[in-house]
Amino acid sequence: MARTSDAAGRLGWPLASFVLFFGLWELAGRWPVSAAFPPFSQTALGLWQMLADGSLGKAYWLTLQPLALGIVLCGLAGIGFGIGMGLSRGIEWLSLPVFIILQAAPMAAIIPLITYVYGIGLTSKVLAVVMLAAPVIVMNSYKGIRNTNPSLLQMCRSFQGTRRQEVVKIVLPHAAALIFAGLRLGLAMGFIGIVIAELLITPTGIGDLITYHSSVADYPKMFAAVASIIAVAALSLHALERLERRLFP
Amino acid sequence: MKGLLSLAVWFVVWEIVGRAGLSSIVPPFSSVIDAMFTVVPTGKFRAAALISLRSFGLGMGLAVALGIPLGILMARSKSVGRILGMWVNIFVSAPISALVPLLMAVVGVGETTVVVTVFLFAVFVITLDTQVGMRRADRSLLEMARAFGATRAQLYGKVLLLSALPEILAGLRLGAIRGVKGVVIGQLLVAIIGVGELFELYSNHFLMEEFWALVVIVFLFAFAVSEAIALLERRVEYYAASR
Amino acid sequence: MIVEARSIAKTYPGGVEALRDVSIAFPEGQLSTLLGPSGCGKTTLLKIIAGLVPPDAGEVRVKGRKVQGPGPERAFVFQDFALLPWASVLRNVAFGLELRGLPRAEREAIARRYIAEVGLEGFEERHPNELSGGMKQRVGLARALAVDAGIILMDEPFSSVDEQTRRKFQEDLLALLRHHSKTVIFVTHSIEEAAYLSDQIVLLSARPGTVSRIVRPAVDRSRSPDEIRRERNYLDTVDDIWATLRQYV
Repeated sequence: MARTSDAAGRLGWPLASFVLFFGLWELAGRWPVSAAFPPFSQTALGLWQMLADGSLGKAYWLTLQPLALGIVLCGLAGIGFGIGMGLSRGIEWLSLPVFIILQAAPMAAIIPLITYVYGIGLTSKVLAVVMLAAPVIVMNSYKGIRNTNPSLLQMCRSFQGTRRQEVVKIVLPHAAALIFAGLRLGLAMGFIGIVIAELLITPTGIGDLITYHSSVADYPKMFAAVASIIAVAALSLHALERLERRLFP
Repeated sequence: MKGLLSLAVWFVVWEIVGRAGLSSIVPPFSSVIDAMFTVVPTGKFRAAALISLRSFGLGMGLAVALGIPLGILMARSKSVGRILGMWVNIFVSAPISALVPLLMAVVGVGETTVVVTVFLFAVFVITLDTQVGMRRADRSLLEMARAFGATRAQLYGKVLLLSALPEILAGLRLGAIRGVKGVVIGQLLVAIIGVGELFELYSNHFLMEEFWALVVIVFLFAFAVSEAIALLERRVEYYAASR
Repeated sequence: MIVEARSIAKTYPGGVEALRDVSIAFPEGQLSTLLGPSGCGKTTLLKIIAGLVPPDAGEVRVKGRKVQGPGPERAFVFQDFALLPWASVLRNVAFGLELRGLPRAEREAIARRYIAEVGLEGFEERHPNELSGGMKQRVGLARALAVDAGIILMDEPFSSVDEQTRRKFQEDLLALLRHHSKTVIFVTHSIEEAAYLSDQIVLLSARPGTVSRIVRPAVDRSRSPDEIRRERNYLDTVDDIWATLRQYV
C-alpha cells in the first residue's frame, strides 16, 4: 500500500506541474494579448500535424546528425585532452586559461563566421556543436583528474604503486563520474549550439521548421517546433542524469 | 599570473598565424588590437554598447529580482519547490535560444526581446543555485538562532541568507555569464541592434579585424563581470567549507 | 632496534616548524606509540618513517638501511581509511598485492584469509559506502596485514570510530598481534589507548615537536582486557603521562 502511494507521489507532482503549466498556457493563449501566442491546445494540434506529415521526423533527422557527430567527436577529443590537462602540468599551464575563457565566452558570436570558411553544410553545424560543447567537456574531465582524493593517492604510494598504477587504478576511476557529468553538460551545450547554428546559418532541421512557420505566421506549428526541441533536450539530459546516478552512486 | 603568461604565448601564436595568412578569417593579433582602438571611440560602437549594456542590466536585474526570491520560496515551501522544480531543471540546461524566435513573434523585433532573452538565460541558474544554497542551511545554526530568540526576519537576514551566500553568488556569476551570452545571441537573432548588429555588419563586410576586436571586447566584458562576482565569492569562501 | 629515526627535522610550507631534532629507536616486534597533543607533528613523523614525506634534516633507518621512500617492509593504515570507494572489500584488501602484480586468484585467497582474521568474513563483496566506520578501518588493517610487511604504521586508526568500537578494536588488535609478530608504530592522542596498547610510549611536545620522554608501561598484558584497565600499573602510567603532557596543552 505504501509503495503505490509513494510512486503516485513521485509521479503526482510532475503530473500536477504539467497540468498547471499547460493549463496556464491555454488560458494565456486565449487572452487577446498577441495574435502570435497560441493556446496550448492549438500548439498540441500543430505538433500532432507535424508528426503526422513527417516534417517533424525529417527535421530531427537533419538536426540530430550534426549534434550526435559533434558530441562524439567532442567527447573523444575533449575527454582525452582534459585528462591530458589533468595529468600534465605543462599542458595545464598552456590550456587552462584558454578553456576558462572559452567557458565564459559567448561563442555564438563566432558561429556565423565559421560559415565563411566551412560553408553552410554539415561541417559548420558540427563545428558549432563542438565549439560550444568542448570547453565544458574538457574542463570537467580536467577537474575530475585534478580533484582526486589525495589520501587515496598517498595510500597507493604507501604500497609502492608506480605512477602508472596510480593513474590507471585510482585517478581514472575516480574521474569517471565527473567525466560522465561533463559529457551530459556537453550534450546540453551541444543542443544549444545546434539550435543557434540552425537559426543563424541557413536553417535546416528544427531551425528551419521554426523559421519557416514563423514566416508564414503559422504560430501553433512554430511554438510546437520550439517546444519539441526543448522537450527532446530535456528528456535526453534527464535520461543521462538517471544513468549517471545509477553508474556512480 | 601564470595564466597571463600562458595567454601571452597564445597571443604570440595568434600574431604569427595572422601574419602568415594561414586563414582568411584570422588577422594578426596586433591589427585586432589596433582595430579595438579605432572601433571603440566610434559613435556606432558607443550606441551599440549602450543598448547592449542596457539590455544586459535590465535583463539581469529582472533575473536577480525574480530569481533569488523564487529560489528562497522554492526552498521554503516543499510544494512550490516540487511544482516549479521540474521546470527550473528543464530550462536550466535547455536550448533557450530556441525561444528567441518565439519572443520575436510575440513581443516584436527589438530591445524588449533582448531583455527578455537575457532574463530567460540567467534566471533559471540563479533560482536553482539560490534554492540549493537555502536548502543547505545548517539545522543547528537555525536552532541556535531560534534558541536566542531570533524573529523570522532575523533568521533570514542574519543566518539563512548569509549561509546561502556562497551558492547565491555562484548562481549570480553563472547567471551573468549566461546573461552576456543572452545579449549576444538575442541581438544576433534580432540582428538590428546592439553588438549583434555590429557582429553582423563586420562579418558581412568581411571586416575581420573589427570583428575580432568586438569579439575580444565582448569576451573581456563577460570575463570582467564574472571575475567581479568571483571576487565577492572569494570573500565568503572562508566559511563555505565549514558549514 | 628495527627502526631508527635520527635527528629528524621538518618544517611545513608556510614556516611552521613541525619537528625538531627527533631521535627515536623502535624495538623489533613491539608496539610503540607516538603520543602528544595536536600539532606535535606525530602524524608527520609517522609519514616520514613511512617514506611518504621527506624529512628536511636527519634520516630514518629501517634494518640499518636508509629510507628513501615507501618499501615492502612497511605498511600504512590511514586515519581516514583511504579505501577505493568503487571497489569491493575483497579488492580493497587485495589492493597492495594487486599493485605488486600478484595474480588474481592468489591475491584474493590471501585477502580472504585476512578478511576473516579481522572479523569481516561474509563482507567480501560489500562496498565501502555500505560499511560502518569501524568496519572500514578493519578493511584498512586487513590490507596492511595482507602485504606481509614486518612493520605496520598506524595513523590514529581508531579516532574516527565511537568509544565502544574503539575499545573492541584495541582488544582485537592486541589479540591479532599475538598471532603475528609485527613491529607496530602507532599514533594517537589518547593516553588511555597508548597505555593500554603499548610496549613503549614516546611523548612528543608540541610546536615544534620534540621527544619529551619515553615511557615503558609495566602493564601485564596476559590478563583480561577489563582487568588490565583496572590494573595499578596501567592507571599509574596514565596519570604519569598526563602529568607530563598537561604542561603542553
